[in-house]
Amino acid sequence: MRINRRKFLKIASISVLGFGVKPTIDLFAGHEAKAKIKKSPKALRAKRWAMVIDLRKMNEEIAKKCIEACHLFHNVPHIPDKKREIKWIWTEPFEHAFPGQSHEFLGTELIEKPVLVLCNNCDNPPCVQVCPTKATFKREDGIVMMDMHRCIGCRFCMAACPYGSRSFNWMDPRPYIEKENPEYPTREKGVVEKCDFCAERLDKGLMPLCVEASEGAIIFGDLEDPESEVRRVLRERYSIQRKPELGTGPSIFYLI
Amino acid sequence: MFEKALQGSRKYWALVCFLAALAGLGFILLLWQLKVGLKITGMSRDVSWGFYIAQFTYLVGVAAGGVMVALPCYFHNYKVFGRITVLGEFLAVAAIVMCLLFIIIDLGKPMRCLNVLLHPTPNSILFWDMVVLNVYLLLNLIVGWMALESERYEVPPPKWVKFLAYFSVVWAPCIHIVTAFIYSGLPGRHFWLTAIMAPRFLASAFAAGPSFIVLFCLIIRKFTKFDPGKQAIQTLGKIITYTIIINFCFFLFEVFTTFYSQIPEHMNHFKYLFVGLKGHAKLVPWMWVSLIGMFIVCILLAIPAIRRNEGSLAFCCVLVIITTWIDKGLGLVTGGFVPNPLEEITEYWPTVPEALITLGVWATGFLVLTILYKVAISINEELGE
Ligand code: SF4
Ligand code: SF4
Repeated sequence: MRINRRKFLKIASISVLGFGVKPTIDLFAGHEAKAKIKKSPKALRAKRWAMVIDLRKMNEEIAKKCIEACHLFHNVPHIPDKKREIKWIWTEPFEHAFPGQSHEFLGTELIEKPVLVLCNNCDNPPCVQVCPTKATFKREDGIVMMDMHRCIGCRFCMAACPYGSRSFNWMDPRPYIEKENPEYPTREKGVVEKCDFCAERLDKGLMPLCVEASEGAIIFGDLEDPESEVRRVLRERYSIQRKPELGTGPSIFYLI
Repeated sequence: MFEKALQGSRKYWALVCFLAALAGLGFILLLWQLKVGLKITGMSRDVSWGFYIAQFTYLVGVAAGGVMVALPCYFHNYKVFGRITVLGEFLAVAAIVMCLLFIIIDLGKPMRCLNVLLHPTPNSILFWDMVVLNVYLLLNLIVGWMALESERYEVPPPKWVKFLAYFSVVWAPCIHIVTAFIYSGLPGRHFWLTAIMAPRFLASAFAAGPSFIVLFCLIIRKFTKFDPGKQAIQTLGKIITYTIIINFCFFLFEVFTTFYSQIPEHMNHFKYLFVGLKGHAKLVPWMWVSLIGMFIVCILLAIPAIRRNEGSLAFCCVLVIITTWIDKGLGLVTGGFVPNPLEEITEYWPTVPEALITLGVWATGFLVLTILYKVAISINEELGE
């Protein structure tokens, strides 16, 4: 993001034409470019992407791997100051991840469980509703995207998200990136960011990084397809969502 | 007419210079903030709005409160307010200027602020807030200025100005209602998720705005030859009395709903503000000062003898301003963010640079106000002679 958006688009469209990265860039560009450019044939498609996290299989170690895979690839800076930190995916104790669904008599197994939390890519996302510039928008496949070139940094979306999923760049994040990944842009100060279900990887036909790193503890698929793996596990096992009572329609389910 | 602002006593220029110096200091710090980012503030991932947005919220109220002068004057032909409507209108102008400044300096990318216009988003309340604020600013500037000019030449103001004046009276509550909606429609922020947010905003606005005007009237009478009139001040005193009592009642209604229902998510914010939560209690003393102060001022103003005495009325106005400021400018925003949606507590307190930038914006507002009032007063003095 050292280059401005238009230049970025231009360079990107000349250099990587259609091979995977391109479709994502179209999405960053909003809807203007959509008509002209076709999605890569390899791209994974869904009507509504969803994630199922199996808390029985999940443990400290796997969670750490998921977080690392995501944060390293996406150039998420490691800022030691807790107040200013940026995180796309992280763990919370059960009672914080599910404040309304936790009680004092919970079995120790659940209490001690590290619950992986990330943006729920809600079906009815309040962050999209409040954004004054459409920098936060929802794609057709349900992924809630961030256009970090358009964001004005008003942080209305942070006030609106009932899951604390969004981070703001209070300062230049680049000095805090340990090893920069040239495949993914870095951010500047003053914009909001969050997980986007690895939209650019889906467009290349790849699964999200945390899903790959999870050793089977995270399942990813199309919620609208009754035959999909996610639907199968949701049929067979008991699952919960974070704050379902708010009507945001989180696309992340937790098996307990 | 503007030339009136360029000729004044030494005291006037001293005030102008003082305010300009404060504004300049704030501006220098603002440049620094633009360079290094909002990390120089006390805001955090959990409390993502702080002092700036809180001041904006408070000042919208002050701006809207000015209508309490215009409304009786335009709608009920209440002549007593005739001389001071322009004070209300110019106060609104200054307050809105501050509001807009506060919004802009709070942005992470202020140079992109035109994106709000380039990509209008009707589903975002912030978009509407920008619309109502700017329209209100223009309305007051035009109406105030034209009214003053026609007063100067002793001709009746043109018809369209009258129309705009009526319109601005209707518009004024909107700016505060829309600002309340910024907060009150958010899921998961239980402190703000209340339908009484907008009425509460209006009540405190209609108390704080006129309080400022009363104080300004008293100051103006003391230092200039312009007399806003004893009767006008007294009527304002009554308006303040009713609105601050209503404001206090609204607060109690909120407390009842929250604590009788016993819903923990709702109670936690109040607990944090008034007794502290899990050992975090930074705002507790402030909130009590605000609450007790507001209660006292309700009682005091209800006593006619106290209200009639201009000295004690002035004291009450100061108290109204301070207590409503703590309520809005400190408690409302922070209280909504603490505890956060994951029920964790991160406290907020403005940093020194943040406070100085805030002071700079206030100084800028008062500078605008001083200049506008200077014009208004000079013209009134001329007419009085
Ligand atoms: S989890 Fe928060 S940031 Fe993500 S889509 Fe839902 S409301 Fe938006
Ligand atoms: S901070 Fe950016 S993404 Fe969030 S609401 Fe404001 S403009 Fe939209």
